[in-house]
Order: sequence, then C-alpha cells, then structure tokens
Amino acid sequence: MKTKNKNNRKRTFLLITIPVVVLFFLFNTFPLIHGFIYSFTNFRGYGSFEWVGLRNYIDLFTDARVGKSYLFTIKYAVVCTIITNVLSLILALGLNSKIKAKSALRGIYFIPNVLGSLVVAYIFSFFFTYILPAIGKSLHIGFLSESILAGTGTAWLGIVIVGAWQAIAQNTIIYISGLQTVPTDVYEAGSIDGARKWKQFWKLTFPLIIPFVTTNMVLCMKNFLMVFDQIMAMTKGGPSQSTESISYLIYQNGMSGGQFGFQSANAFVFFVVIVVISVLQMRFMNKREEQL
Amino acid sequence: MKKEKVHERINWPVTILLIIGTITIFFPLYMAIIIAFKKPTEMTNDIAGALSFPSSWSLENFAEAMRVTDFWHSLGNSILITVITVVLAVLIHGIAAYAIGRSMANSKGYRFVYYYIVSGMFVPFAILMMPLVKQTAQMGIANRVGVIILYLVFFMPINLLLYTGYLKNIPMALEEAANVDGAATWYTYWHVIFPMMKPMHATVAVLTALSVWNDVMTPLVIMGGTEMNTLPLAQLNFQTQFGTNYNLAFASYLLALLPILIFYIICQKQIISGVAAGAVK
Repeated sequence: MKTKNKNNRKRTFLLITIPVVVLFFLFNTFPLIHGFIYSFTNFRGYGSFEWVGLRNYIDLFTDARVGKSYLFTIKYAVVCTIITNVLSLILALGLNSKIKAKSALRGIYFIPNVLGSLVVAYIFSFFFTYILPAIGKSLHIGFLSESILAGTGTAWLGIVIVGAWQAIAQNTIIYISGLQTVPTDVYEAGSIDGARKWKQFWKLTFPLIIPFVTTNMVLCMKNFLMVFDQIMAMTKGGPSQSTESISYLIYQNGMSGGQFGFQSANAFVFFVVIVVISVLQMRFMNKREEQL
Repeated sequence: MKKEKVHERINWPVTILLIIGTITIFFPLYMAIIIAFKKPTEMTNDIAGALSFPSSWSLENFAEAMRVTDFWHSLGNSILITVITVVLAVLIHGIAAYAIGRSMANSKGYRFVYYYIVSGMFVPFAILMMPLVKQTAQMGIANRVGVIILYLVFFMPINLLLYTGYLKNIPMALEEAANVDGAATWYTYWHVIFPMMKPMHATVAVLTALSVWNDVMTPLVIMGGTEMNTLPLAQLNFQTQFGTNYNLAFASYLLALLPILIFYIICQKQIISGVAAGAVK
C-alpha cells in the first residue's frame, strides 16, 4: 500500500515536471540557443544568410557604436546603483525611526514602484524639457537653461534621475525589512557604551543588514544594466547615440536595422557580462559578510 | 535607528524632513494632473504656465485621449493579459515548485531541473527577443496568447525560487499523513498544500501582476505592428498622434497610471509586503 502510494507520488511529480520543463525549454533555452547560432551568421532578419564564423564577435570589439553603448550602460548602471542605494538606505533609516504617520509616509514613498516606467519617463521627459530649463533660466543657472536631455554630456543624467526615482521605492522597502531584523538590544548595549549615532550605524546596524545590501546591489545592477523603457521614452538613444543602452541597441538594430546576426552576438556577450557582474557582486558581498 | 529606553519620543525633525521629501514623489504627479486638465492655449513657456491651476477643470482632454488611444480596448487587453498570467502563474508555478521542491532532496535529476530553471533569471530579454519574434510568428502566437506564455516562462525562475523556499517550511509530515490515508498526491496538493501556501500566492501574484502590467518590451516586440495594444504600449504607439499636444498626452498618461494607482490604494499592505518578501528571499 505504502510503496504504491510512493510510486503514485513519483509518477505525479514527473507528470507535472515534464511539461513545465518542456515549456521552459521551448521559450527560454531554445531561443537562447537559436540566437547563439544566429550570432555566427550575417542574417539580416529576413532573406538568405551565410556563416561568418567569429567575425561578428571580432567586429563587436571594434564597433564604435557598440563600445559606446557598453560604456553608457555600465556608467549608468554603476552611478544609478550607488545613488539608489545611498538614498534608499537614508530614507529607510528615516522611515524606520520613531516618526508620525509612519505607514502613510511609507505608502507615499512606495508609489513610484507601482507606476509604469514608460509613462513615468514620459512625464519626467516633459519636466526636463520644459520645466527644468524654465527654472534654470529664472535662476540664471547656465547649464540648466537648456534641456538636459538635449545635451550629449547631460542626457544620461536625466535617465539616471528617472531610474533612481523609481528604484528607490523598492530598495527602501527592502532596507526597512532589513532594519527590522536588527534586534533592539544591540542599540541598548551601544548606548550604554556611549557609542555615537554615526558610529552606532556603521559598527552595529550596517554589518547586520549586509545581506540586504547585497540583495539590493545585485537587484539594482541587473535591472539598470537592462535599461530600456526610459531610453525608449526619453531620448531614443540620442543625442548622437550618447544614451544608447545595450538593450536599446539590440532592439533598434537587431529588430529593424538588419543586424539580426550581429546583434545576436552582441546579445550573447551582454548575457555573459550580466552573469559575470552578478556573480562577482555576490562573491564580493559574501566575502564581506564573512569578514564582518 | 533611534531607540531610547522605556518610552520613545516622536522624532519630529525626521518626520518633518520626510514630509518635505514627499514633494519629490508628488511633484511629478501634480504636474501630470495639472497639465492633463489644461487646454493647449493655457500652456506658456514659463514655469507658471505649466504648473498653475487650469482655468476650468474639464474632462475634455481625457475623453479625447480615450478616443484617440482606444483606451477601453488597451485597458481590456492589459487586464486580460495580467489576470490570466497571474492565475496561471499561481496554479502552474505553485504545483511545479511542489513537484520539484519535494523531489529535490533525494534526486539529482530534480536538483538539476531546479537550478536549470532558476538560472533562467539571468537571461536578459534582449537576447531572447529576436529569436522569439520569429518563433512566435511561426507558431502563430504573435498575439496575446504568445505574450501570456512568454510571461509564464519569464517569471518561472523567480516564482519557482519563491515557492520552493516557502515549501521548505511546510512539514512533510502533513502530506505523509494524507498519503497514508490513501489520498493521491494530486489531491493532497490541492487540498492540503495549496491552501497552506496562501501568503506566498499573494507575494507571487503581486510581483507578477506589477511586472506584467507595466511591461512594455514583450508586447512591443511580440504584438508590435498589430492593432493590439496594452496600456503602456498604447502610450508608445500614440506618441506621434499626441504630437506637441502635451495636454492630450498627459491625460492619456494619467489614464494609464490610474488603474494601478487605484489598485495600489486598495491593496497597499499586500503590495508592499509582497514586494519586500519577494526580494528578500
């Protein structure tokens, strides 16, 4: 009786797992392999194509536009990750202290997280194009009197602000749940020692919430590296390709620019970059966790 | 951070700073609302022109935006895709996690399946995009069905991770008891385990719903060029129609944001705790 049930259990599990794995393979692994194969061709997305060996990969490293998009994307992701995490942590400390209307304030600061990034980017785009220059002009701040989205040196900052504005919401919530895991008696011991607030934070609180810092850093970095919606809404990669993210370039040139093969190679390198950065980040953070 | 012994006093400076800080949240929304209600003639090239109250609060822009962007149709598509994806995700990902999670402990094969699917989290959509466009077209699912299937696959790694993590806390003894009674595994899952995973269902539903509702890229590449729009996709596709009529555009943006804002106001607690639980795991 028992063995019969056990076999029944095993069979049921297998019958559930197989279709799920097939589905996953069909729409994740299969297109991944498919893209990898295309990366060795000069396929334009239609018509006939030839095998070109590793030429796409070699060309990637000499292609100025691709290089520029990598520089922009990594610069954007790093700056945005740092800004988001610093501000989120400060905000979380505030929202976790003894304040009035705590849940209302938490609710308000979380709003950006639920809003669609494309629409948010459109709203900010208007702000950067019309409102901010008007403010800049009336205050006689030179670099603000023009739309920051129109300057090749400043457009990326606009995208950083939108990206951070939305990401801070989620990171703050994660930091708050981190701060809530810190036992109160840690502080009491600290206050008896006369430890000052700043020291108390770095010596007592911060080490205890390191796992949450890791989560936020990896999460942020991965999301920011894949930035797309904001670019689509605000700059379309411009001015003069200064804000062309890797995802946007792959979409733009791969889907309609006749570079299916070449951009497949780009996508594959991008995939490897994301995996390497995520793994390195987790390793580095885990090491710190052990040391502390 | 501030903890005084015995009774804590309210930290007013921090409270006030935080209240002032909400300007950064409300200002963009305020700007959007004001502009959406104005007429193009009321817009001037200074701050006051964009930020002062409209002369009359008319809903004309909204009606026009609804007509231009075929609002109800896009809204219907967004709701349809989101609801079906969420329901299927809870049903399929939950039971898949049960089968894989419960078998992992003493089966190398299942452990491999688990890591195989979970590692899919690192695959960016950008790399799958081009082959998937071809594939869905060939399979005849370059439509809402295809988009739903893709979401079920894309969110499988994270949901599997969340569900199996939660299942570890549900003792095996429970289902063993049910099994001894002769109940089939299938029955045990739906009658014992599924109800017990309720908190995780909420987390999975919230995370999946938010991502699906706001996603642009998947419907853009899969359904692009067809008449099918989701709410965010409609904003993108009607940019040219809006032209320089920002009042019309902002009315449309607000309409696109409204459903999720209402949803957020109603289920604020569940959404915040869902997002927190999902990320921390």
